Amino acid sequence: MILIVAEHSNGKLSKSTAEMVTAARESGREGPITILVLGAGIEAVANEASKLAEQVLVGDVASLAQYDATVWAAAVTQIAREGEAHTILIGGSRSGREYSPRVAVKLDAPLLEDVISLKSAGSALQAQRYTFLARVTETVEADAPVIVVTVKPGIFTPAQPEMNGEQYDVELELPQPRVAVTGKSVEKTSRVPLAEADVVVTGGRGVGSPENFATLVEGLADSIGGGVGATRAVVDAGWRPYSEQVGQTGKTVQPKAYIALGVSGAVQHLSGMGKSKFIVAINKDAEAPIFKVADYGIVGDVNEIVPALIEQARNK
Amino acid sequence: MKILTLIRQVPDAEARVRVQGSAVDLEGATLVMDGMDEYGVEQALRLKEAGAGTEVIALAVGPKRNEDALRTALAMGADRAIHVETNVALDAIALSKLVAQIASQEDASLILAGGQQADWDSQALGAATAERLGWPQLTWTNGLEVQGDKLVGRHDVDEGNESFEVSLPAVVTTQQGLNDPRYPTLPNIMKAKKKELRKDTLEQYGVQPLARVVGAEIQARARLGKVIDGKDAQAAAAQLLELLRSEAKVLA
Ligand SMILES: Cc1cc2nc3c(=O)[nH]c(=O)nc-3n(C[C@H](O)[C@H](O)[C@H](O)COP(=O)(O)OP(=O)(O)OC[C@H]3O[C@@H](n4cnc5c(N)ncnc54)[C@H](O)[C@@H]3O)c2cc1C
Repeated sequence: MILIVAEHSNGKLSKSTAEMVTAARESGREGPITILVLGAGIEAVANEASKLAEQVLVGDVASLAQYDATVWAAAVTQIAREGEAHTILIGGSRSGREYSPRVAVKLDAPLLEDVISLKSAGSALQAQRYTFLARVTETVEADAPVIVVTVKPGIFTPAQPEMNGEQYDVELELPQPRVAVTGKSVEKTSRVPLAEADVVVTGGRGVGSPENFATLVEGLADSIGGGVGATRAVVDAGWRPYSEQVGQTGKTVQPKAYIALGVSGAVQHLSGMGKSKFIVAINKDAEAPIFKVADYGIVGDVNEIVPALIEQARNK
Repeated sequence: MKILTLIRQVPDAEARVRVQGSAVDLEGATLVMDGMDEYGVEQALRLKEAGAGTEVIALAVGPKRNEDALRTALAMGADRAIHVETNVALDAIALSKLVAQIASQEDASLILAGGQQADWDSQALGAATAERLGWPQLTWTNGLEVQGDKLVGRHDVDEGNESFEVSLPAVVTTQQGLNDPRYPTLPNIMKAKKKELRKDTLEQYGVQPLARVVGAEIQARARLGKVIDGKDAQAAAAQLLELLRSEAKVLA
């Protein structure tokens, strides 16, 4: 059996779960696809999941309300063993990439991490993944009775919700959480979540100030219905929250259009957005590295160009 | 409390990466200690300076050239180093088996590792090592203190960040913002030459790779590279919006 661990937040199934279903189908691995939903009060999520797979296992336990790597790893391992799963797909979110190595060690399985493609090669499983700050695509292979895979979000086309799977409740033997969470800050945004936006407008230090960031970057994003991103320089300066950072240590995005305002184009930044379909750069320095990866570039001052863009986009 | 800090040697971010046959070729590239691991070394030193650590041990697994990264760690202030010299490329799950053995032998109570490797882009080593040792782990940590036998800190999670408290021993992986790594000073570079750098072999640990790289390609996507002169802001804006609508078809 192929086991997919559902990702969900705020009572809704995340798009990444449907993406994993596609990855599972493309993998060429045999057996039915089963989705495992873990959490507390997850009836709605389980219902959504049953539209994506033959079988949905539901571990609805109060103590799963708070994510903990050791607890999640134990739950997934137990179900993988009981169901004799040979392939386990976990989302490439922060948490997924955190507990998946534990599952791999428990099952004595190889881990193919953050994959962007998946196919069988004889008895082996072959995957592609980005390495060297997303400058290289490597093909990796593992051959073992059980293989754990994390799937990079935003790459596979989400499967359509067209199934009518059966739901089964599972009994879980869970360890005590090891980490005590003493405080939590949830980053909220009223805009489209960065990773899901078709258009992302990102501001760099060249935007000049937090006030300018609001006028220019947020202004343009709102006039064309996009999400807002920031460079690390801007986040480090405290102009914007970390949740908006795009790059190696921030989020990875792959929108249809990525518009970079006053962004130099450092490799660590490119590694988070270099796969966008169209890249637009506005920078006053014609030599800025961002122009090397841009489809459309304007050499000019953001303070002049961006207000014109906002005005024209609004009046179209 | 002994602190084990894990080090990788990776190409400098600006270095050009080449692919030779089916693998990345680092011949001639400038190699440096992974920036994420620098945060780990720095944090280990700070914990020791604050009285929470007795010894900081730097560990690297890889080809001979990794000695340079270990010397950097020693020059920053690590007490001694262990180099498991091998040309075998080990995936994180396999590598964790070795790291766990060394942590046990050394009786370490805290392991610091980089949040994400700048070469293999893996985030798995810390968590896999923690699992092998039966320890808890904290990933993407950007604040860390030792209070008695507890670690107290802050780290990033799926939807924001959390403050945490956890008992030692534990594994912690780093993130930007954790600290500002120090530069080795010349006297410390000289001193580092006399510090112990133990050499081990992979055979001593009975570890074999679980996954292997069978191909590599440089991903250079052909870009249109159309440059618009921005002297006339209105005209440039109009031209860009037109391109986005009719050519790229990304705007309605
Ligand atoms: C381990 C590590 C991880 C990192 N992770 C990330 C990451 O995840 N994300 C990230 O973004 N960075 C990351 N960085 C930092 C990265 O190396 C760069 O420092 C950063 O991306 C630069 O941000 P910037 O382009 O906003 O600023 P700058 O490099 O200062 O560039 C500003 C640009 O704005 C232009 N400009 C100035 N004024 C104007 C104007 N009026 N109009 C138009 N253009 C103007 C300038 O010509 C310049 O090109 C990381 C670095 C390290 C070492």
